[in-house]
Amino acid sequence: MELICPAGTPSAYRDAVDACADAIYCGFRDETNARNFPGLNFSRREMADAIAYGRHRGVKTLVAINTFMRAGEEGLWYRAVDDAVEFGASAVILADLGLMAYTASAHPDQRLHVSVQAAATNAEAIAFLAAAFGARRVVLPRVLTLNEVAAIASTVSCEVEVFVFGGLCVMAEGRCSLSSYATGQSPNMHGVCSPASHVRYREDGTHMVSELGGYTINRFSRDEPVGYPTLCKGRFNIGDANGYAFEDPVSLDILKEIDVLRKAGVKALKIEGRQRGRAYVASVVSTIRKALAAPPEAVADVTAGLREFSEGQKTTSGAYKKRWR
Amino acid sequence: MNTRAMNITLGPVPYLWAVDEWRDFYFRIADEAPADTVTVGEFVCSKRLHFFDSMLDQVISRLERGGKKVHLAGLGLLTLEREHRAQRRLIGGHDQIVEVSDLSTLMQVKGRPHAIGPLVNIYNVATTHLFAANGAISICLPPELPMRSVEIIAADFPDLTIEVLAFGRTPLAISARCAHARAKGNTKDNCQFVCGEEPDGLVVQTLDRQPFLVLNGVQTMSYTCHVVLAELPTLAAAGVRSIRLSPQRCDMVAVARTYRALLDGALEAGAAREELATIYPGVPFSNGFIHGIAGAEWVDAA
Repeated sequence: MELICPAGTPSAYRDAVDACADAIYCGFRDETNARNFPGLNFSRREMADAIAYGRHRGVKTLVAINTFMRAGEEGLWYRAVDDAVEFGASAVILADLGLMAYTASAHPDQRLHVSVQAAATNAEAIAFLAAAFGARRVVLPRVLTLNEVAAIASTVSCEVEVFVFGGLCVMAEGRCSLSSYATGQSPNMHGVCSPASHVRYREDGTHMVSELGGYTINRFSRDEPVGYPTLCKGRFNIGDANGYAFEDPVSLDILKEIDVLRKAGVKALKIEGRQRGRAYVASVVSTIRKALAAPPEAVADVTAGLREFSEGQKTTSGAYKKRWR
Repeated sequence: MNTRAMNITLGPVPYLWAVDEWRDFYFRIADEAPADTVTVGEFVCSKRLHFFDSMLDQVISRLERGGKKVHLAGLGLLTLEREHRAQRRLIGGHDQIVEVSDLSTLMQVKGRPHAIGPLVNIYNVATTHLFAANGAISICLPPELPMRSVEIIAADFPDLTIEVLAFGRTPLAISARCAHARAKGNTKDNCQFVCGEEPDGLVVQTLDRQPFLVLNGVQTMSYTCHVVLAELPTLAAAGVRSIRLSPQRCDMVAVARTYRALLDGALEAGAAREELATIYPGVPFSNGFIHGIAGAEWVDAA
């Protein structure tokens, strides 16, 4: 199985190469990618250099152009694809069907991966995309159980990639306007979710309150670590009860099931975290690399140290286990 | 610009209503509502499908007798074989136009005229072309699209019915996990259909008790009611041919009449807003999405 690592910056890219990633995914410094955060991503020059650096060392570069084209400004997305192809990207990761059509027609030999943001959650949707655009790989949304992943991998004609570690979307990816509702900035249109520009922290007595777009997302007592107000990981009131209505502040970790994924025919394992620092990339990638080589019974021990890189130091198997639903 | 030619579509009921109430709702719509098209069927959660199976054909024929064009709602999120079977049965067993809410349904309606619902990601002309070429005859654009995008898309497709949500809580997200069941201590697999206890959604408040969202089974919706009124002439001028009213637990016949009167020029946008606030009281209105700002906001465009 290929190990697909995130890189938000050129230096994180080099760290991922050193940590033995098989492939690295990254994006241009604009709204064409779903991690359009300040200080992140690659200029055209940096992308060209990174792709060459990786190729020289046998590491593939997958360029994520996985937001939805704004009507009237499609050129920005078309140019991103053209440039990624020109720089020699191993694949482009796309979400917008119109952009897939452009890529399949303008660059028929370019390897096309279906982004998790495209919301292809089943074999028939994947078959449609493979037939229409020659998609070679699909990144599965985090709404499926291990059994459902296996069933899809055994049915579809293209390769299957799944997330195994890192931040977790609670909602079906590419189909969420929660951030947009509260802030006007959306993952699909602007490549951001719960953007820092709309975050405010304020003290309220002995508590610290985190807000997004003026809405209180969480409230922390002095002995609680103050978390970032990602909308779907907030604490809310429902009736008389309050708590994490959608999901606790946790990260996905399904590494102990690597063997199940391998047997299911999954082709690639993806680590989330283009917004994370170099230490995260280096440690997580090298640890998972070791886990991939370890016998199944040793994986838990090998990966135990990764807990410190998880949100709130807590992890979940997410939708991969049926009880999460 | 003249809005008189604009049609009204009643979207599918997003909530789990008691089946007899659901039936009677549509019977009344069939007889009284000035809606041109009515989309019926469950699209939020496949676990609810069985409730309506026995009533669906009865409701369809009543609506058709009432002069409504009937569309059938496809499921919004399909992961299980059981869900695909149900979907194939629905499509195979009916001649009506199917409204696609998940990409997989495209395979099943290929070569057959169909509609595209607001849960499908269409943000630009290139993507609209693909769906039109595949046989879509009408497209309800995603609610988060700003006016400029709607205008550009509609202008490019004069032969396609482009539709925009004009009334109702906005669908914001769908999940494999059921937050509604979770709020009541259940899991999705053993949900006991508790979402039926809130026929207008379960309100999620911030910790400061500010109403923010509502839960509707596996779907999360806006707390505010999306209301597009003063913007309709601009939308009509751009080539938008239909508006969608999404059912809330209120007098939807009155809502449809209000919109019809507004489209026909018998009512001003401001007066229409006042009427709607009487028909659906207590829930604030918003139109931020169409103005390209936070969806929860209201812009006074009258």
